[in-house]
Amino acid sequence: MAYTKPKFKEQYENFIGGEWIPPASAEYFDNISPVDGEVLTRIPRSNEADVDAAVAAGVLAFESFKNTSIVERSTLLNKIADAIEANLEQLAIAETLDNGKAIRETLAADVPLVVDHFRYFASVIRAETGTVADLDGDTVSQEVYEPLGVVAQIIPWNFPLLMAAWKIAPAIAAGNCVVLKPASATPMAILIMMEEIQAVLPKGVINIINGAGGKIGKHLATHPDIKKVGFTGETTTGQLIMQYATENIIPSTLELGGKSPNIFMESIMDKDDEFFDKAIEGLVLFAFNSGEVCTCPSRALIQESIYEPFMARVLERVKAISQENPLDPATKMGAQASKNQKEKILEYIKIGKEEGAECLIGGAEYKNETFPNGNYIQPTIFKGHNKMRIFQEEIFGPVLAVTTFKDEAEALEIANDTIYGLGSGVWSRDAHQLHNFSRKIQAGRVWVNCYHLYPSHASFGGYKKSGIGRETHMMMLNSYRHTKNILTSYNKNALGFF
Amino acid sequence: MDLRRVIVTEEASKIIEMLKKEHGDLVFNQSGGCCDGTAPMCYEKGDFYVPSRNVKLGELCDCEFFIDKDQFEYFRHSQIIVDVKKEDAAFGNSFSVEIDHGYQFISKSRIFTDEEYLELKKSDS
Repeated sequence: MAYTKPKFKEQYENFIGGEWIPPASAEYFDNISPVDGEVLTRIPRSNEADVDAAVAAGVLAFESFKNTSIVERSTLLNKIADAIEANLEQLAIAETLDNGKAIRETLAADVPLVVDHFRYFASVIRAETGTVADLDGDTVSQEVYEPLGVVAQIIPWNFPLLMAAWKIAPAIAAGNCVVLKPASATPMAILIMMEEIQAVLPKGVINIINGAGGKIGKHLATHPDIKKVGFTGETTTGQLIMQYATENIIPSTLELGGKSPNIFMESIMDKDDEFFDKAIEGLVLFAFNSGEVCTCPSRALIQESIYEPFMARVLERVKAISQENPLDPATKMGAQASKNQKEKILEYIKIGKEEGAECLIGGAEYKNETFPNGNYIQPTIFKGHNKMRIFQEEIFGPVLAVTTFKDEAEALEIANDTIYGLGSGVWSRDAHQLHNFSRKIQAGRVWVNCYHLYPSHASFGGYKKSGIGRETHMMMLNSYRHTKNILTSYNKNALGFF
Repeated sequence: MDLRRVIVTEEASKIIEMLKKEHGDLVFNQSGGCCDGTAPMCYEKGDFYVPSRNVKLGELCDCEFFIDKDQFEYFRHSQIIVDVKKEDAAFGNSFSVEIDHGYQFISKSRIFTDEEYLELKKSDS
């Protein structure tokens, strides 16, 4: 049974200093659902004045929030997690309608991972300590941590709630205040989440401003009261954020995408057992989240000795991907996040065909009879070679590029022949091969005999042009705080220099 | 035979001319990667420091158009066609200047024919 579409508020506001504030321009834009092409609600079109107000609210809140104890902040994070968990289904439905992804994903992955992320950071800050060193008999060095201040976070439209959690949780766990700008295509579920958590949240600790990137993005990233910028998106804006960060000499972390290789060694077919079944699913995960994932396993490298029988089994599994209604828990793949994104994916399908790649399945939009105005693409597999554009550029859709390799050396050469280095997958029954091969891949995450798992406790980030910095894992705390060294002498005698 | 590596649709050129009136000289840089990647980013000249090793693909309405040097390797055999969409198709999440005016530039492509590519290779070397 499909979930029914709820009635949302006709209009949302910016969330600044704990209040819902209309935009200075008094202008709004329609938030359109990619599921059916209908307007969901209206969202503020903010300008520089709204950014200034949000940053000022953060600065004011930081004066007291920086002094909160670890216990208070941990308790706050747990309360946020509880409030989100209590509204899990409501948020999952909102996320599906806002982004287009299938409801079974938002119910089982997106929202539970959001909850867990806040709980993870609530836990680790309780367990963590700084360090103390006795440098000599009477000199003691202490390394202590202090928050940066107000940080700006600009997030993407593929996992709106989860990317908000990935950015917000470590920032406030470390004692910072946040100004977050959701992607303008997918702000609604985040605003609903803020309604759910606002009762437990001190005023001004999290501020949300809405609108297109343009001027407000620049104004936020160059604001003298912003002490760090975290960004997820494409490469040129990433470079621009780094350039802006030089103006105030502040750090920035960037997550800019990938073209992740998923490598299948011949030993996976030694038996037709549950592990082989898992490997088939591992390849078909290119269709997870409608392919709109930075780590989408969008290049499958298959050892040539098993290519034919393996691909035959894969194609059966791809044929079974049901699409029609994203709000139906039986639906396996939802809509693309926007009309523009759908057209971009169709453009890449055209490029693949023009470049001479062989289309094994799909290769067109999906005609959705229930929602003819939604944005749907058939899961698509192309066979070709690694120099083709469909093997080198991030399509951000359910389009897989497949090629074969003879041996490990060739597999490695193809895997690393990309300007990106975010995700990767290695599948084999040979333990030595798994270890040695994983170490040679140039990517921040290697999934070994699995794919698309995102535990809070494992670091995530890119090599090469996939970006700078890490997300998730407690190491993330250090990118949201200063380290202060307190060096104390217990020696009463002068140095003797003067 | 049209060997230009980047061209612009009539509709997009109208928007570029409109933007030039408000923002002055503009520069384009083809983006890549996640989300709104594969789109051309348009900035006021001087606002974006064009990486010194980026490759200039051509000019649109007298504005220079660049691409990352590594990315260029995979675009050598493509002609980029810059087009424009209205914001109801989707908001870009980038800082590109047309976004605030309710538009988004996009990059379409045409793969050069073998004959065209041979000609281009001569001029590349």
